[in-house]
Amino acid sequence: MKIDALKDPSVIEGHPTFLDIDNQISAPLDKPLNTKYLLALAITSTMLLIGVISIGATFYYGIGLWGNNNPVGWAFDIINFVFWVGIGHAGTLISAILFLFRQKWRTGIARFAEGMTIFAVMTAAIFPLIHVGRPWLAGYLFPYPNQHHLWVNFTSPLLWDVFAVSTYFTVSFVFWYIGLMPDFATLRDRAKNKIKKIIYSILSLGWRFSNRHWQHYEMVYLILAGFATPLVLSVHTIVSFDFAVSIMPGWHTTIFPPYFVAGAVFSGFAMVQNVLIIIRKIFDFEHIITLETLEKMNKIILATGTMVGYAYGMEFFIAWYSGSQFESFVFINRAFGPYAWAYWIMVSCNVLFPQLFWFKKIRRNIPIMFVIGVLVNVGMWFERFVIIVTTLAHDFLPSSWAYYKPTLIDFGVLIGSFGLFFTLLLLFIKFMPVISIAEVKAVLDGAQPHHNNNGHQGGNDGK
Amino acid sequence: MENKIIYGITGIFETPDEIINAAKKISESGYTRYDIHSPYPLHGMPKAMKLKPSPLGYFALVFGLTGAFAAFAMMTWMMGFDYPLIISGKPFIPIPAFIPVTFEVTVLLASVGTVLSMLFLLFKLPNNSHPLHDTDYMKQVSSNKFGVCIEAKDDLFDEQKVKDLLIQLGAKDIQVITYDNETLSFKVNIFEWKFVVFLIASALVVSAATYATLNKLMYVPPFDFMMEQHRIDAQAESKFFGKGAFSMLTPPDGTVPRNSNQFKFAGNPELADAKLLNPLLPTEENLRKGMQKYDIYCSPCHGYHGVGDARLNGQFPNPPSLHSEKIRSWGDGHIFYVITQGQNSMPSYSSQLTNEEKWQIVLYVRALQRAMNAKEEDMK
Repeated sequence: MKIDALKDPSVIEGHPTFLDIDNQISAPLDKPLNTKYLLALAITSTMLLIGVISIGATFYYGIGLWGNNNPVGWAFDIINFVFWVGIGHAGTLISAILFLFRQKWRTGIARFAEGMTIFAVMTAAIFPLIHVGRPWLAGYLFPYPNQHHLWVNFTSPLLWDVFAVSTYFTVSFVFWYIGLMPDFATLRDRAKNKIKKIIYSILSLGWRFSNRHWQHYEMVYLILAGFATPLVLSVHTIVSFDFAVSIMPGWHTTIFPPYFVAGAVFSGFAMVQNVLIIIRKIFDFEHIITLETLEKMNKIILATGTMVGYAYGMEFFIAWYSGSQFESFVFINRAFGPYAWAYWIMVSCNVLFPQLFWFKKIRRNIPIMFVIGVLVNVGMWFERFVIIVTTLAHDFLPSSWAYYKPTLIDFGVLIGSFGLFFTLLLLFIKFMPVISIAEVKAVLDGAQPHHNNNGHQGGNDGK
Repeated sequence: MENKIIYGITGIFETPDEIINAAKKISESGYTRYDIHSPYPLHGMPKAMKLKPSPLGYFALVFGLTGAFAAFAMMTWMMGFDYPLIISGKPFIPIPAFIPVTFEVTVLLASVGTVLSMLFLLFKLPNNSHPLHDTDYMKQVSSNKFGVCIEAKDDLFDEQKVKDLLIQLGAKDIQVITYDNETLSFKVNIFEWKFVVFLIASALVVSAATYATLNKLMYVPPFDFMMEQHRIDAQAESKFFGKGAFSMLTPPDGTVPRNSNQFKFAGNPELADAKLLNPLLPTEENLRKGMQKYDIYCSPCHGYHGVGDARLNGQFPNPPSLHSEKIRSWGDGHIFYVITQGQNSMPSYSSQLTNEEKWQIVLYVRALQRAMNAKEEDMK
């Protein structure tokens, strides 16, 4: 066998044909519902129902049902918001940043990760709305001409958040949809069922696979990737401004924006990795979402986890180096005070366990990487808990210090957020192609023409 | 077949190399209105087809700049001109604070604007009635084949010549694509009664929903505004505490507040005079604090020197001088009693002053009296 060192190794294993790709990727859409799927949907929709009941009770009786109380005015609601926005970041990173870096291995996971971005941002968007207590008045968050002649406060990070998260959702959605359009057209032409055909025709907008269109399409994909890259960095930066722009010790630090972005990518990759492990197993996508891909994701988890660990260390260093007694108090209190349990859960899950990925055997061991992925997400949830609760519980006024205790309703809303996210994900898996058909075809072996007319690189013609 | 108009002629190719070769040949033959269809974008195809570079980059630039200027101008006008407010001591137009929103609106407008103009201006989508749809040709190129379609609108189009060219290039499954009769005869008529009924129905539904939301739903708990919500007004009768009770309950008899000092001499100034002794010494600090409190609470009526020259002269009855024989003969306890209990039109100052402060005031009043009626030995 001749090995060509000039050629990239294939990112798709097993040399499938174009038709195989069509059949395999659309298989979950064509098969009738099976018991496993319905069972999974039953579990997630039960979780969702718990969330709906908890939020309904919150609307009816007010947010007094939550554990938030002076001085901890931000608790589960904001923790969950930051957590879910962070989960979304991996999707844009995979679809936009890795696209700009021409990482071909992203094609197998990009669609799915983008879908996760959208669902994660939708889940996240619930929390600021219910946090304000009267979400049906959320229109006031946008500057609109009103009879009071009042405008929103454009100097407030909370308003920047409104713009950042809504822009992020819109652009992610457009990016996702543009990617889906050719696949909807493929499905339209495969559909045997008339209703399915009508739905896919409408969704595909009448895409015709014309190369006159592909040319603009590739350009727009590049432009969107170029815009989404700074956008995704800006979103968690602005989320971190919610804290960093205030003067609370433990929040008022310049390290927050990069630290939050690294943490977001970290938790997002862990979530994508977890869900992909399950999906590739259930739908036999092991040759498209390969072990190589998972290993590369684990490397990114390791890199971002180490960045997060560096940020934890740097926070302590600055607390000491600044000489501010309030800063030093907050950080010593975090590690050894009443919330030390949460702090050490965070450090062990985020800094210690991902370091196991230095070993290649662990990077390629699916059960172990799954467990580490879960731990990373537990750790990242606790990171937000530690940042928000420890700082607020011990503010400048010692007389008002108090220990925060969440209520059952708080946990109900948290469970509900997972329920919403996974329910949307399951519906997505059932009704849309979870892997980009067009993009995977484009990276198959022999899918691209050989540019050299002499043909000395050509594999098929035997020269 | 005869009454149908030809849209174009299609041919199918198997491999990317063949199609790119075919594209080169067709464009070299001078055809301009043709198209290559492939299930994914092919590298080098725009060059083979001699396509002009995509103008979408300029679209993005224009939309992006529009977004940036619009956002910045909007914020400047709203915060600097229409309703200027000082927030955290920053200028009315705090430029650094405008950066995040400007950036977000730039990205939003550039992305969405570019995509929409690609779909609707360049591609003229949505178009599900294109003649190529629902053909065998489209079913193949959307899955695993590569196809070429030379349109009848091309100046060089000649059915036989095009077929020969495609055969020569090695195309398979050569087909003539025709317009559908229904598509050709279809005319858009916005006054069709179904459409008008649909418009009226949607207008009615939207108006009813808006009315119900804004005028009904917003007055039903829990959606009602705060001023409409159930609450207990101060000093209103409370149903919660039972009949005859008020929203603010009076404490039960004998309730003693925490940290309170019970004054045992109420109504008995003579006893206070006899039994109460000033626990403080006339140190400089005590006198200074006494003076501070005296100047705040006592001087408005008694005057800075205790002679009764009130600044509030005329609005309240003038108090007698503190330098009278009578008051000078009082013990410290008596003055403390008057500060605590009040006398004539003077109210109690217990809520404003702590016991220690009262004694400091007593010391200061004594110092004033001594200064006005100095003894012989003070002069030495």
